[in-house]
Amino acid sequence: MKNNVNREIPDSILKDYNYEGFKTTDFGNKEIQRVAPKVTAQVGPSKVVESIKKVVSETVKDGMTISFHHHFREGDFVFNMVMREIIDAGYKDLTLAPSSLTNVMNDIVVEAIEKETVTNITSSGMRGSLGDAVSHGALKNPVIFRSHGGRARAIEEGKVKIDVAFLGVPNADEMGNANGMYGETAFGSLGYALIDAQYANKVVLVTDNLMPYPNTPASIKQTQVDYVVKVDKVGNPDKIGSGATRFTKDPKELKIAKMVNDVIVHSPYFKQDFSFQTGSGGAALAVTRFLRQSMLDHGITASFALGGITKPTVDLLNEGLVKRIMDVQDFDKGAASSMKDDANQQEIDASWYADAANKGAMVDKLDVSILSALEMDTKFNVNVMSGSDGVIRGAIGGHQDAATSKLTIISAPLVRGRIATIVPDVTTVITPGDSIDVVVTEAGIAINPKRKDLIDALSKVPGLPIFTIEELQKKAEALVGEAKPLEFTDRVVALAEYRDGSLIDVIKEVKD
Amino acid sequence: MAADERLRRTMMFVPGNNPGLIKDAGIFGVDSIMFDLEDAVNMNEKDSARYLVYEALQTFDYGNAELVVRINGLDTPFYENDIKAMVKAGIDVIRLPKTESADMVHELENLVEAAEKEFGREVGSTHLMAAIESAMGVVNAYEIASASDRMIGIALSAEDYTTDMKTHRYPDGRELSYARNAILHAARAAKIAAFDTVFTNLDDEEGFIRETEYIHQLGFDGKSLINPRQIAPVNKVYQPTQKEIVNAQNVMAAIEEAKRKGSGVIAMNGQMVDRPVVLRAERVMMLAKANNLIDAEGNYIEE
Repeated sequence: MKNNVNREIPDSILKDYNYEGFKTTDFGNKEIQRVAPKVTAQVGPSKVVESIKKVVSETVKDGMTISFHHHFREGDFVFNMVMREIIDAGYKDLTLAPSSLTNVMNDIVVEAIEKETVTNITSSGMRGSLGDAVSHGALKNPVIFRSHGGRARAIEEGKVKIDVAFLGVPNADEMGNANGMYGETAFGSLGYALIDAQYANKVVLVTDNLMPYPNTPASIKQTQVDYVVKVDKVGNPDKIGSGATRFTKDPKELKIAKMVNDVIVHSPYFKQDFSFQTGSGGAALAVTRFLRQSMLDHGITASFALGGITKPTVDLLNEGLVKRIMDVQDFDKGAASSMKDDANQQEIDASWYADAANKGAMVDKLDVSILSALEMDTKFNVNVMSGSDGVIRGAIGGHQDAATSKLTIISAPLVRGRIATIVPDVTTVITPGDSIDVVVTEAGIAINPKRKDLIDALSKVPGLPIFTIEELQKKAEALVGEAKPLEFTDRVVALAEYRDGSLIDVIKEVKD
Repeated sequence: MAADERLRRTMMFVPGNNPGLIKDAGIFGVDSIMFDLEDAVNMNEKDSARYLVYEALQTFDYGNAELVVRINGLDTPFYENDIKAMVKAGIDVIRLPKTESADMVHELENLVEAAEKEFGREVGSTHLMAAIESAMGVVNAYEIASASDRMIGIALSAEDYTTDMKTHRYPDGRELSYARNAILHAARAAKIAAFDTVFTNLDDEEGFIRETEYIHQLGFDGKSLINPRQIAPVNKVYQPTQKEIVNAQNVMAAIEEAKRKGSGVIAMNGQMVDRPVVLRAERVMMLAKANNLIDAEGNYIEE
């Protein structure tokens, strides 16, 4: 069947994996039955076990679903330590269900796939050698990609049933009270891991920093934790978050950022107590700087900033320009270290952040979001997952979730090298065009024709070059020419869920 | 003189061997784009840079920007081929480096004319400008500026000039005081544009703005730039004040009024409006429009 973003989804996929095709961005007021984890009661006095090997042998069985978080980002040691023990112990047929997969995890996952230790994966995304392997058909079953909000929903609904969660933490006490804020490997918010701690049948904390009992503030609580493992090091602090954030000097990124800011400032949403979410890329950080100046110039302050947080956003909090930061993860050391010092930087879990199947998530109150794109098409559909060669090299992250904001702006260069960003049809639809309002490129902006109000408001901005999305696509094509169509086999290697759990697209095996 | 009344606040150097910047040069709203085949390009890349710029001029849409190319000097083996390729490509302006005399402009003009005939370009359609980079050039500034009807401007190039003067550049620019004034007077006397030299320290934004304010005060049309990030600060310095705009609007209204009455005399508040006042008002309106301070109808935009 063809779903509502005109993607052909094989009927066998819908049937075998029990999916419906994507219909609408409107989740509605559905009634959802949540699940609860199986709890093994204990009283302590200590949950500390001497090795990962021991805890793996006590908890993991063939065919189970195991999970991890990606808050240590490229500095993660825990994933490799645990997977090493699991592979070496000869486990088979596991489902890997991390919040996302970073590059340091790639090689060992590829090994686990080759040895059939892992036969199913669900993640926000993947890149590098792992994305390459999956796109070339290495995994028996298709990977399922979910947004951060979508993952929280799937876990709450029991679509993803985590048997054992291995959660690295920069501190914990002997009973499992832990947070992400203190210690040498502090990363700030534990947002994604909190869902695993709440819903997994067995929760294993891995830390290099055993604290006196009781360890507070406790983001993960002893009521949720089965084991605590002490290891030498859980991560490399230098690679967990980037150091001091440097503002881009790239004139093209600055130009895009300035136009994004022009769009925000001249939209109906730029008013006292507005809210926003920016990403972590060069242009997104530059937007924060321009937005700061505009807020000062207009005497406007924001009620909250949401999502993945960077130091420039924390600076806005310190300046009083933003009243609250609702923080699901921290991208740099500045953001990670400030949470413990400021009660206005609130840790939120992935469900609170972005889950549609909720009694209200933060994204539902979000006015402005600035998101990126690998590709975007003339229907405003966005691809953040497959590269220009068709190979998986991205992550949904909070893209689909934040795109439900009142003003969703895609900020992307018109072309990257010889690759067009704006194309007639994206390779993979991740975020439906219905939820995208404006795209900003260095050549000008395009407004979703459904947003007549924005067309009216932004047409009055002097010097803001407005085109139709078709015109922008033609401009890109004039610069780089028409790309030869990618070639795929019929085999489906990955499924992309929309945040409501419907299927928005499938990714096929690349033909080399 | 070929000097039309267009804005030339910003003339950005684009190295002729940098495909990325050549592709993007049109997106920053610069008044003039100057593709450089001379100092930015290594000896072993002279031919490829010439091809690259030629192809770019055939391919990319640079909007309303004036397209300039800095060719290699006449003492180099690249000089004639540069001229031919750029005239064939239909460049707006050829910039001659290290210009010291009117003869150098005449020689260039002859070759340009021959190339225009060879490639079927309209004779006279290729404009010229000269960079003045030596004491001799400064002394001969007026004869250079007035050497040809094709001349649209002269530019001070301070790096070579200060070396020739046995000094170097200082933050306060006092070493350039004579050259700046001499070049500016020559340009104004010849009724062509005057361009100030580049400011190379990208990290010193304060110094850049200070220097731009200074050359704006002297009367330069604009400044040569080495990075797109320098465009916005220059435009800001050249931006008219609200008072200037309102005054210019009144002058324009008075002109309309005079036209409607069929009167040869423009009057405002009972006073006759002189031609210099009209010219200044027209320039203020042009600058205001370029800085998006007025809308299409000429009304001031309240932010």
